[in-house]
This record gives sequence, C-alpha cells and structure tokens, in this order.
Amino acid sequence: MQLTLWSYEGPPHIGAMRIATAMHGVHYVLHAPQGDTYADLLFTMIERRDRRPPVSYTTFQARDLGGDTAELFRTAVRDAYDRFRPEAMIVGASCTAELIQDDPGGLAAGLGLPIPVIPVELPAYQRKENWGAAETFYQLVRTATAGQAPPDRAAQPFCVNILGPTALGFRHRDDVRDIAALLARLGIAVNVIAPLGASFADLARLPAAHANLVLYPETAGTAAGYLARRFGQKTISTVPIGLGATRDFVAEIAGLAQITPPPGLAEESRLGWYSRSVDSTYLTGKRVFIFGDATHAIALARVATAEIGFSLVGLGTYSREFAAPVRAAAQSYGIEALISDDYLAVEAAIAAAQPELVLGTQMERHIAKRLGIPCAVISAPAHVQDFPARHSPFAGFEGANVLFDTLIHPLMMGLEEHLLGMFRDDFEFNDTAAPSHLGPHATTPPEPASAAPAPAGATAGALADTLASAPVGRDDASAPVWRDEASAPVWRDEASAPVWRDDAEAELRKIPFFVRGKARRNTEIFARERGLNPITIETIYDAKAHFSA
Amino acid sequence: MSACTTSPAAPPAIIAERGQREVFCGLTGIVWLHRRIQDAFFLVVGSRTCAHLLQSAAGVMIFAEPRFATAIIEERDLAGRADLDDELDRVATRLIARRPDIRLLFLVGSCPSEVIRLDLGRAAARLEERFGRSPRVLAYSGSGIGTTFTEGEDACLSALVPTLAPAPGPATRLLVVGALADVVEDQFRRLFAALGIATVDFLPARRADAMPPVGPFTRYVLAQPFLGETATALERRGAVQIAAPCPLGAEGTRLWFESIAAAFGIDPAHVDGVLSLPVRRATAALAAPRARLAGRRVFLFPDSQLEIPLARFLARECGMILTEVGTPFLNRRLMAPDLALLPADAQLAEGQDVARQLDRCRAARPDLVVCGLGLANPLEAEGFATKWSIELVFSPIQGFEQAADLAALFARPLARRALLEV
Repeated sequence: MQLTLWSYEGPPHIGAMRIATAMHGVHYVLHAPQGDTYADLLFTMIERRDRRPPVSYTTFQARDLGGDTAELFRTAVRDAYDRFRPEAMIVGASCTAELIQDDPGGLAAGLGLPIPVIPVELPAYQRKENWGAAETFYQLVRTATAGQAPPDRAAQPFCVNILGPTALGFRHRDDVRDIAALLARLGIAVNVIAPLGASFADLARLPAAHANLVLYPETAGTAAGYLARRFGQKTISTVPIGLGATRDFVAEIAGLAQITPPPGLAEESRLGWYSRSVDSTYLTGKRVFIFGDATHAIALARVATAEIGFSLVGLGTYSREFAAPVRAAAQSYGIEALISDDYLAVEAAIAAAQPELVLGTQMERHIAKRLGIPCAVISAPAHVQDFPARHSPFAGFEGANVLFDTLIHPLMMGLEEHLLGMFRDDFEFNDTAAPSHLGPHATTPPEPASAAPAPAGATAGALADTLASAPVGRDDASAPVWRDEASAPVWRDEASAPVWRDDAEAELRKIPFFVRGKARRNTEIFARERGLNPITIETIYDAKAHFSA
Repeated sequence: MSACTTSPAAPPAIIAERGQREVFCGLTGIVWLHRRIQDAFFLVVGSRTCAHLLQSAAGVMIFAEPRFATAIIEERDLAGRADLDDELDRVATRLIARRPDIRLLFLVGSCPSEVIRLDLGRAAARLEERFGRSPRVLAYSGSGIGTTFTEGEDACLSALVPTLAPAPGPATRLLVVGALADVVEDQFRRLFAALGIATVDFLPARRADAMPPVGPFTRYVLAQPFLGETATALERRGAVQIAAPCPLGAEGTRLWFESIAAAFGIDPAHVDGVLSLPVRRATAALAAPRARLAGRRVFLFPDSQLEIPLARFLARECGMILTEVGTPFLNRRLMAPDLALLPADAQLAEGQDVARQLDRCRAARPDLVVCGLGLANPLEAEGFATKWSIELVFSPIQGFEQAADLAALFARPLARRALLEV
C-alpha cells in the first residue's frame, strides 16, 4: 500500500478516456462501479468541453455483484451502440471491475456488433494514466491498420502524421495548431493528426505518411514504435518545445523531406532577442527547479539554461516509464534526477535545493506558494486556468515566445529588481515583499510602528478620505476585499459610528474574509440609516435581508 | 398548507430507473466531513481511482493540510505478496506518527476494498488497541457500490452512533443530526435557546472528544434528508425521531422548528413569537430571487437526496414549476413530511438511467436544470440554463437567514443568461 494524498496521474482508464474523448466516432464502454463517472467532469470542467465524453459506464452497485454484472456490461455495450452508432468501440474495466473478473473483451465480442470492438487491458494496480493513454492509442492504431501492407511511398510527396495530442493534454490544442502551421511554412503536408480530432477511419490512413512526428512520447510513443516496425515509417523524436529544439526539429524534418527551410525562420520567434536584451541580464544564473512529465521537464531544462540563462538546480519527473531520458538529461547538467510520484518527496527536494524559481505542475505551484518561491506551470496535471481561452502553445516558434513570458513573469523584472535594491529600506519595497503573483497574502504588510510616522499618517488619512467620500452603494464592487477590514476606517466621524456588540462582532467573523468588509459596511450603513445602536446579531441579519431584497 | 392534504397513501408518481448513474460515490462526503470534525482524519483504503476522485472533488483544498488521504492498494497487495492487514497497519501507524494531533481516525472502505473483502471493521478495532484508544479508530464504507454521494455522511455518522456515550436522564435532550455549516448551527442554537429548549446537541460535533451522548431521553431531528442509516442507528440506541420537513426556506425552517417545539410541548404562541421575526425577514428577502424564479420550469437530476426538499422549496416558496424531481434514493419514511408538501402532480424519479433522463430533460425544455458538473456544461452548450448541484452541499443553505441565499443560487444562472451578450 502506498499512502497518497495527491497523485500526479490518474488511473489508466482515465488515459483511455483521454484518447476516446480526443477522437470522433470512438465510444468507450467502461465496466466500473457507481461513482467512477466523476472522471467526466475533468473533461467538462477543466477542459471546458461542451459535450459529454463518449464514455458509457456500467455503474454497478453492491446488489449487482451477485452475478449479473456480465449481463449489465453486455446491456451497456448494446445500448451504447444503439444510441451513439460509433465507428469503433473500446471496452475495458476500471480498477474495481478488474477485481470481479468479468471479461469485457469476450463479453463484447459475443454481441457480434458490426463495428470493431477493441478490448483494452489496463492493469489499474500497476499502471497509470499516461500508460493507459499510450496503450489505448496503440490498440486503436493496431486495429485500424490491421491487414494493411506497407504502402509504396516513394512516388508520393513527403508527408507526416502528428501523433500524441489528446483530450486533457497540457496545451495540446495550441501546440498542434502551431506545429501544423510550421509544417505548412516548410511545404510539408500533414497526413493525419491523431488522436486529437481524428476519427477511427483516419487511423487507417496513418501508414500513408513517410514519418511520424511524436509530439508527446508519453501518449504516442507506443503507437509510433508499432508503426515504425510494421510499416517502416520514420520517427521524428525531436520534441519542438523551445527555440533550439524547434530549430533542431526543423532541421531533422527538412533532412528527411530533403528540402531547404526558408531562411530566417527562427527569427520569427522573439525569445532570442528578448533573452539577449539588457533587461534580461538579471536572469543570469537564477536557480531553477524543474519537475513535470518527462517531455516537458527535459524540454524546459534546455530552454531554462541555454535560452534564458538560468542555472538548473533540480530536474525530475513523475513518469517512471521515462525515467531513463530524464536521468540522462539531468546528468548532462551535472545534477541527479528526481524520479518520484510522491509530492512530499518533491517538496522536500525543492526545499533542499532552495531555487529562485520552480517550473512544475499544479502541485509544484502549491508547493512553491507554501515555500514562498515564484513558480510557473509547465506540465500536466494542471488546473482549469492552464486550459486558457487565448492561443497559448508551448511548441514551435510562437511557443518559444509563450515560454519566455511564462518563465519570466513570476520573477520580478529587471527594473523592478533594481528599484527593490535601491529602496531596500522603503516600507513598500522591502526584502520580504514577494512577487505579486503570490497574492497580497504572501506579502508581509509593513508594521505601522516601523513606518515613518509622518508619511504613514498621511497615507492613512488619504485612505480614510477616499473611503468616507466614496459612494457606498448596495452592490459596491469596489470594496477593498483583500484588505483586512478591521483596519479599514469606514467613518470619519467616529461619534456617529455604531458600536458592535461582541457577539455581533463574533458573528461577523464567521463570514468569509473576502466579503466581510462589505458585510460590515452594509450593516453599518443599515444601522445608521435606522438609528440602530449598538449593532446586534439581529441587525446583521436584518441588514442582510434588506440588501438581498 | 393546502398541499398537505395529499395523503401518504397516494404519493406522487415515481419513475423507478436502473441504468448508468451519473453520480458521485460516498467517498466525496469526506471533503466536507473533514472540515466539520476538526480533529478527525479520513484514510480511504482503495485504488488510485479513489485518490484521483478525492483530489478532483477537493480541488485546491488538498493543499491546506487536509485531513484525508488514500492508502492505495497495489499489485503486490493483491498478489498476496504483502499481507494486507500488515500493510494497512504500517500505513496507519506512519500516518498517526506524522499527525499526532488526530483524535479520531476513520478507515473508509471503497469499491476495491469491499470487493476483495478487506475487513476494515476488524482493522479499526486492531488499530485502536494498538494506539491505546488514542486516536479512536472507526470504519465505514464510502464505496460507489454501496453509497451515493451524501450517503457517505450517513455511513460515517452511523458508524459514530454506537460509540456515543449514554445520555443521562430524565431531562429530554434534543439532538440535531447532519453536518451543518458553523454559522447555521449557531443560528439554530440561538433559536432553540429562545424557544426554551435547554439541552441541544449536534451530530457530528466539531471535535471528536465532544460528540453528543444519546439514549432513550434523546429526541432527534434530521437537519439533512440523507441520513436513513444514522436514524436507524439512533433508534437502536433508544432515541426517538421528531418528524419534520427539511429546514430549507422560510416555510421549511418554520415547520422544522415548529415540529421540534411541539415535541417539547412548547406553547405555540411562544413559538410564534420567537419565529415571527426571522420568518418575516426570510420571506421578505426571498422576494427578489422569487421574482426571477416564479413561473419558470425546473428539472432536477439525482445527486444528493436534497432534491425533494429543494423541489418543495422551489415550488412553494419560489413559485417554480417542477418538471421532474430526480433523487438517487427515496426514503419514504424520512421524506414523508417533504413529500406531503410537494405539488400533487410532481413527477418524481428514483434511481437513474442518465441517457433516458437526458432525453426526458430535453423533451421537457425546462428553464433551469439542476445537475452535476459532468452534465452542466454539455447542457449549457445545448442551450439550457443549469445550476450545478454540488454547491448545494457545500454552501450554508439551511435556516431562515440562508433562505434567500438558497433561492439566489438558482436565480443566478438565469440572471447571468439574461445579462450576457455573448
């Protein structure tokens, strides 16, 4: 048993869902207990998909375990076929169904559906999400291309497949768009992009391409290996994340296609100039810790060191399947890789390395926040804010621009850092002022006593002026929500301010801090208008009722 | 109370369905229960899926030193190479060494632990002895095969009941059952004091060593509708139920307090005097959200068993028209007071076949759909206004002062639709 609070990866059937959801016309029937449908909301909420994932669950309960779970599964497959009419189906078991040992593949085959029904065996107690995605994609590709002979590609114009982008993939949507555009600039045709946006029929066309561009080895490595062996396709394994890697990628693909890339292609990225510009000088040697999936960790290590000029003090991954390349990369920077899926071990390593910047997943964002270190998210798992509305690739030349901004923004910019040095003793610029992305709570507020009396008094007075003269409406959105409301003077005329009874004050404390200030002000306005003094618990709720009416 | 005339013998029509259920399992209850019992720790014994569910449901809360975790069963545990009992003891011991502040440890069963028949009840007894009864160790099941969403709280509380101290007599004690937000509990305490009910306990208490006593002198009332097992366990200890509708809305809360006061023989005139002000205030505050909701048609998917009391509130106090009221499970005895207040023609649905229910929802063209997060965005994309239901479990919605907040939760999606020009 492993004691786990946070897991970097879900179980392998989540990986299978990422493939099915990425594609068209593929439906997944999952033998799973009631409750496993929670996974739907990863897609509908985090990725904000506008339709339900193409997944049906048997959702068996305890009363079903007597022996008819197999029939439940057959019914689910038949119903899913009748309702969704997919081109192909994948069937499998989640962790609990794996224990009850119904055979999804055999049961589904017995139904004789007129479409391919592909069983995917995902050992839930051994493997994890990325492995499940890779295995599912491989099984789909294998079935779709079964019986095909290696095509004669010699006479055809050079073209490639882009393999690996999935649903819930970190920046996959935008990476694909940029890489496809880059290939178009090179005059190289794209045969199939899969699994994201592909149909099952599209997979059958995969062997026609001369080469497979493996954008994310975690999800596409297995399928690309199969296609290379079975159909003699070349594998392009340079992942184009970062300026140098994208240049290398262009060189590799141009060599294969026997073309000459247009001159000045790399100059389309601003990363090179921005990084050479003088404001970036202060970035030199900043200590950075990198953790994520293997692909992003390795790519970002190169960007951070060779393209921004940081110093790498930690590199690691939670993907045990890709431990070897990460170890090799770490060794090339003279450090030892951290291979772990225990976030407490990652936290300990970060605390020990004392970096000035952390690049990682959602978990490292929280770890860094706790340690007060600036951080940027560069890999899955990521939360909803890292599935942005704006175009935001990591791959290609535009991706390099995004990377520059992503890696730099958590740090204070050069001029800001310079000012900080100059005004080190100033109450607003002090050593303990954390970068703004950490929020005001990370910033130690200046002690009133330590601030110079005259300016502090003037500031407080001005604040009181502003607050007292500001029109305080019912829906006053301008309430200083982040300020500790206790310190915000509401009334200039202290005599007219109603007194709060202790129990009313205590009741107010139960309101979340970010709306407490507004609640206090509204209650006092209500009390003053009615001449109520002191303020009691009843006054609070009378005011609440009044303002919500 | 004209709708009360519906006799229990002629309940509203019920669609009983089996099929795919788009619901959470009982493990999700941990997310709010661990906030409620401040010195308890919840250790799920399950799979990576269980851990993944908890982190998906708990969102960012997982990093505020949460008091829950998962002991993930691995291949070697299943292959018999590792003794499961030894492994569990090792994990629990390490956990308690790391968190000596924990006073109550729940071992929470999951689908995998139940299917392999891991006896967590025995493990709890063994561990409690090992820890010298500090912390106490209890077991319950939050598995999907056994529990749906809020039933996890029911399973947790019913595991607590046998451990409660016997209540001294002969004075009658009131026990309010169901996790409530602190602010709601405090409001209720003040009203009970004003009514003259001297001894009031809440289950669960905020701390493990302050759990209430129970016995034949206990009259208990449910503050949540999903506590069937807990009710049975309390009755086994001799406690007697006070039947009342759920304290949702001005009317529901008034009836709840009136039922309790009647059981304690309190003069109705006094009750009226105590309740009239908060009732008036809540009714007045409801006016604004009601204006947006009245006459609109609402469809509720099954989620928490709160659906029937919510439908009662939406129909009677907000003027909404019910198209279908889904519930994962219908306890007819506990739900009787709320059912009696539902409009006589309300269409109920117990259980779920989500694809068929979606068909019915689309055909009904409701103005508002109350559903889970897996369905909400897809339905919005189809043009339906939705209210995601989990918020109803995490927000303070009970009591007079929250009546308008509750209505506003439903009014806001409609207001937003009217507002947006995109």
